[in-house]
Amino acid sequence: MFKTMMRRAGKCAAVAAAGLMMMSAQAAEPIKIGSFLSVTGPASFLGDPELKTLEMYVEKINEEGGVLGRQLELIHYDDVGNASSARNFASRLVRSDRVDIIVGGSTTGATMAAVPLIEQAQVPFISLAGAVVITTPVKKWVFKTPQSDRMAAERILSDMKDRGITKIGLISGTDGFGSSGRTQTLEVAEKMGMEVLADVTYSGSDTDMTAQLTNIRNTNGVEAVLNFGFGQGPAIVTRNYAQLGMNLPFYQSHGVASDGFLELAGSSAEGLRLPASPLLVPDSLPEDDPQKAVVQNYKSEYEARWDSKVSTFGAYAYDGLMLAVRAIEEAGSTDPEAVREALENIKGYVGVTGEFNMSPDDHNGLDPDSFRILEVQNGEWKLID
Amino acid sequence: MLAEFLQYLFTGITIGATYALIALGFTLIYNASHVINFAQGEFLMIGGMATVSLTAMGVPMVFAVVLAIILAGVLGIALQRLAIAPAKQADVVTLIIITIGASIFIRGIAQVVWGKEYHVMQNFSTDQPIQVFGAVLNSQSLWVLGIGAVMVVALVLFFTKTLIGKAILATSMNKEAARLVGIRTQMVLMLAFMVSALLGSVAGIVVAPITFTSYDIGIILGLKGFVAAAIGGLGSGVGAVVGGLALGIVEAMAAGYISSDYKDAVAFSMILLVLFFMPRGLFGAKVVERV
Repeated sequence: MFKTMMRRAGKCAAVAAAGLMMMSAQAAEPIKIGSFLSVTGPASFLGDPELKTLEMYVEKINEEGGVLGRQLELIHYDDVGNASSARNFASRLVRSDRVDIIVGGSTTGATMAAVPLIEQAQVPFISLAGAVVITTPVKKWVFKTPQSDRMAAERILSDMKDRGITKIGLISGTDGFGSSGRTQTLEVAEKMGMEVLADVTYSGSDTDMTAQLTNIRNTNGVEAVLNFGFGQGPAIVTRNYAQLGMNLPFYQSHGVASDGFLELAGSSAEGLRLPASPLLVPDSLPEDDPQKAVVQNYKSEYEARWDSKVSTFGAYAYDGLMLAVRAIEEAGSTDPEAVREALENIKGYVGVTGEFNMSPDDHNGLDPDSFRILEVQNGEWKLID
Repeated sequence: MLAEFLQYLFTGITIGATYALIALGFTLIYNASHVINFAQGEFLMIGGMATVSLTAMGVPMVFAVVLAIILAGVLGIALQRLAIAPAKQADVVTLIIITIGASIFIRGIAQVVWGKEYHVMQNFSTDQPIQVFGAVLNSQSLWVLGIGAVMVVALVLFFTKTLIGKAILATSMNKEAARLVGIRTQMVLMLAFMVSALLGSVAGIVVAPITFTSYDIGIILGLKGFVAAAIGGLGSGVGAVVGGLALGIVEAMAAGYISSDYKDAVAFSMILLVLFFMPRGLFGAKVVERV
């Protein structure tokens, strides 16, 4: 009799203990941040710094006590720049990993492939890709951190206008970035009352753009030239431009805003302007610029940790993660709907890319002024505006 | 008007000369073995990338170029010894597939060793372009044309004046007969790979200051070189040169006068047309099947 009671008590105690353990596990269960990035493959220059940034800041946040008292757990897959594997990994993230939020999607292709699935699963998603289609029209669960190419076009054209230029020649790449940039430029130019007199293209593998540039040079009335492109193409355009001795003001897009471009284009780049993240000129930002501290911190922390140069693409991931963290903190839980709403209402978050002011009709939250106009002077970036 | 035309012509001839050098490499190996060596573009890449990385290490330009060419030559020999020779009995299609595999392998190694960034090479001489009747000519273009011409002349002399060159020619005409008169055909094949690797690397080096260079530059340039070789008629040296120049000029004219969107389309329709009406290419040998 006594024995059976003891046994029952023992059982009860065991059950209670197990229950307690489960409860404490519940309380300390990490917040799962899912990510699919193009860490290897052709878009690795995007995915690699993005992953490094995510890893480094998840670590840092965890050391500082996590979010809402819970640790962050980064679940990451490499989509190799392939849209269909991006879709598969997104599916794995929402179905089997059951993540609370997704920060990822290095390219527009990867992002758009995953969007329908994520929308259906109703998980907040912060994309790190550029094209305007990601958040226009607004999708309920989808946000993004980089400025769109449309903003770049607006920023460039308004800088031209300030210089009294209204007639331009456009040369763009035929890849996704270049052709989307071309469409946006044409639209924005029309809206701003500017004329695109020459409109030529080159393919990503072209090794000489002299013919296209000659075409622009022979077009009467062109007052400035804009090159919308990505990769080595714009560097070749820049060199050919200098060789042809063209003296018109020359603009590039944010697609080549990196030190690598300066290295490729060399002295030919002298005097050209482009819109870029303040990350390229952290030290020449004025003291009262709210972004100055954020940008300098990110740059020094990244470079100290990885011993490689910081890139604007990594900054997109930084802003994505910080927006996610802030939204979860504001929502007070990881309930997807609450987090989504909090994301949508983030105002005045100063990130590396710019100041984010989200709203139900704007899931990007940046304005064209977040781009700084830089000019190449003596082989270095100089802040103009 | 004239200036415009000249500008397109210069652009076309420069890039065409590069295509011609690559096409010559294809032709050489095709003649010796009837194999189309799709790793030809990789030799080009090795030439450019090795030169860039050697100069970055502080090796003087001239030595860097020589070392890069030697490296490519060794690679050509290695390709033949390690990948082609072991599959001696395989038919031509298998060998072609082997070269595709080899090209992917070489590109992979290059990516690991040199990274994925594009690299710059300085012009051999001044950066100052040359003005001709209102058109601008990059001084490097003259180097490309000059070295291209020298290579072609050297090849002609090699094939007509040297015993080794004649041995390669003999092997290409009739392998069995060549072997009967005592030519070591495997040796000849190895030589063909080496010479075409040298050609490819030279092309890669002279053109690098214009196009930049990276681990994957060989894909598209190699393909264009193959198109040039096919237009000229696979196996014909003259054809390779004419095909390369024609392709380059047509591309530049199409980009200038029509639209750069159609540039590649024009180039590839050209090969369709040529092959349609002259299935053996412009200068292809007539093949008579003896029964």
